[in-house]
Amino acid sequence: MTEPPPDFRRLACPVPVTTGPTVQMAHGGGGRMSKALTDRVFLPAFRNEALAALHDGATLERPAGRIAFTTDTYVVRPIFFPGGDIGSLAVHGTVNDLAMCGARPLALSTGYLLEEGFPLADLERVVASMRDAALRVGVPIVTGDTKVVDRGKGDGVYVNTAGIGVVPDGVEIAPARVRAGDRVLLSGGIALHGIAILSVREGLAFEAAIESDSAPLHDLVAAVLAAGGPGVHVMRDPTRGGVASATNELAFAAGVGMVLDERAVPVREDVRGACELLGLDPLYVANEGKLLAIVAPDVADAVLAAMRGHPLGREAAVVGEVTRGPAGRVTVRSRVGGTRLLDMMSGEQLPRIC
Amino acid sequence: MRHVDEYRDEGAATRLLGAIRARVTRPWTIMEICGGQTHTLLQAGIDRMLPEAVTLVHGPGCPVCVTPVEKIDRAVALAGRPDVIVTSFGDMLRVPGSRGDLLGAKAAGGDVRMVYSPLDALALARKHPDREVVFFAVGFETTAPANAMAAWRAKREGVRNFSLLCSHVLVPPAMEAILADPEQRVQAFLAAGHVCTVMGYHAYEPIAARFRVPLVVTGFEPVDLLQGILMAVDALEAGRHEVENQYRRVVTREGNGPAQRLLAEVFEVRDMAWRGIGTIPASGFGLAPAYADLDAERRFDVAAVTAAEAGECIAGEVLRGRKKPPACPAFGTRCTPEHPLGAPMVSAEGACAAYHRYGRDPGSAT
Repeated sequence: MTEPPPDFRRLACPVPVTTGPTVQMAHGGGGRMSKALTDRVFLPAFRNEALAALHDGATLERPAGRIAFTTDTYVVRPIFFPGGDIGSLAVHGTVNDLAMCGARPLALSTGYLLEEGFPLADLERVVASMRDAALRVGVPIVTGDTKVVDRGKGDGVYVNTAGIGVVPDGVEIAPARVRAGDRVLLSGGIALHGIAILSVREGLAFEAAIESDSAPLHDLVAAVLAAGGPGVHVMRDPTRGGVASATNELAFAAGVGMVLDERAVPVREDVRGACELLGLDPLYVANEGKLLAIVAPDVADAVLAAMRGHPLGREAAVVGEVTRGPAGRVTVRSRVGGTRLLDMMSGEQLPRIC
Repeated sequence: MRHVDEYRDEGAATRLLGAIRARVTRPWTIMEICGGQTHTLLQAGIDRMLPEAVTLVHGPGCPVCVTPVEKIDRAVALAGRPDVIVTSFGDMLRVPGSRGDLLGAKAAGGDVRMVYSPLDALALARKHPDREVVFFAVGFETTAPANAMAAWRAKREGVRNFSLLCSHVLVPPAMEAILADPEQRVQAFLAAGHVCTVMGYHAYEPIAARFRVPLVVTGFEPVDLLQGILMAVDALEAGRHEVENQYRRVVTREGNGPAQRLLAEVFEVRDMAWRGIGTIPASGFGLAPAYADLDAERRFDVAAVTAAEAGECIAGEVLRGRKKPPACPAFGTRCTPEHPLGAPMVSAEGACAAYHRYGRDPGSAT
């Protein structure tokens, strides 16, 4: 195969085009166009004191308590989906990772990896959505970065966010605190995000749109901690791999077993129908706004009531119990009264063929 | 969910289990044909709730499990061609051939796409007139009508860049092959409800009479399966050997006439190789002469791609109901869903995958 002839056009020095409708290589080049993109898109959206200083990094006041620190990268396709988009998801996901440590979010960073040719209008939409999500949470985006890769070397846009948060003194969330007899609580109907994404991929359409549950959980977590205090032993947001993977990871990390009751797990009727059609087990489908909490039995009722009193936890339920083990073994009591192992997902859940 | 919840009802399941316990007086071995039924049995835990006297063995009804290695190798070879888009149902992508699977071919740069319907593959062909779109058409009588419809439409609309890599198999000849085996121990069958939805069940009547086995057309929900097992046990205890229909809400004796007519137009019955079992006479569908130009194996030069089965996998024993998955020395160790040695560990309908996924330990081996 012969290499295509080199394209020297970019080496020439024409007047820079700064007002085109798409992302260009020069938007990531560190020159005028980079500055123009930052000035036009990012700074007005994320406006805050730390960012306005325009240093290489942000400086923040040191809070009381321990620091929680997390990062996640978002590659969702399509970037706009029912119930959300990559911008809001990138805020919610990282805020939720912090919340699962018992932390109140303090500040976020974001990195955008853009593909040459990505429509600027879409970028502005994503950034506006990220801004709105951060505003609703009340967390500033204090530092950021943009890079551009050649057309064909990316997939439109990838977004990274990192976050720091504060864990108040006295809050101790760790798998090691889980004990046999603890209750497993779930904040609401599962499998919405995964089904929402699948429903807009090529060739699938359901009668009514199923929207992603993408939401920030910090406030729900605060309510849970207020109600359960030290009785709240560990929390997870069951994202990729769903409730099955989250419970397996926790059981393994805590050295305990778990028994879930399939009938107690909330699954919305239309989601259950979609899962049936696609041959998916909702326990393995991704969520982006659900909280799985493992709490001491004596605070289970109070935590359940606190969840149900919060807009994001109205459908909350006790779905299972922690057992002595064998360590890492999660079983499910089926609808007809049998039991089965709930294994980790292996690979992607594949649709069945007949 | 209507039409589903009533067949997953614990009260109904408990009553049926009680009736099975009350009826059974000696050991019986029953084979469920379809891998979808195997998965329900293990997912709901029914295998552990039945009285010990009732043994369930798992049949060959897992389409990707019985697709020959060389067909997979041919699909992989096609995926290696820059002018070809290979489309397939999801299960098929991870089934290992002798030189890797379709996901591997995709990672190596091949254009391999998962579709939910063969008509989506046809739509892809219309969308990419400059590329060749091959649909990997596998399955039993259940999936055959939709695949036939894609071929029929492609021919009628003159879509020239669409073709089928066909590996269709039929249930009744496989049952006869299992029953004709002198080592076989199956005393009754739960026939696959979905296959019978299309084909009806009259074709099973001569089999039940000739081999003197009762045969119950059975659905896929826990209560369906328990009722099917009860009907089979009842027939065995009474010494009856006829075809009965548990899945009456869907299946009729004659089946789906229009679907059968379409199958008769697009396909012809051929001898077919079954992975792990061997060639069974008149046990599959190939494209009929009028549709031969839609045959990917004719259009592309892949007939030379042949392969032999790898050594350790006992898929053939499992698919004929001779052994249960945990009896395989590689089960759960050298063969797992992440690193399958054979197809039954991959598919949503594979017996090995069901045993592994739902935690049936080696103690349950027979």
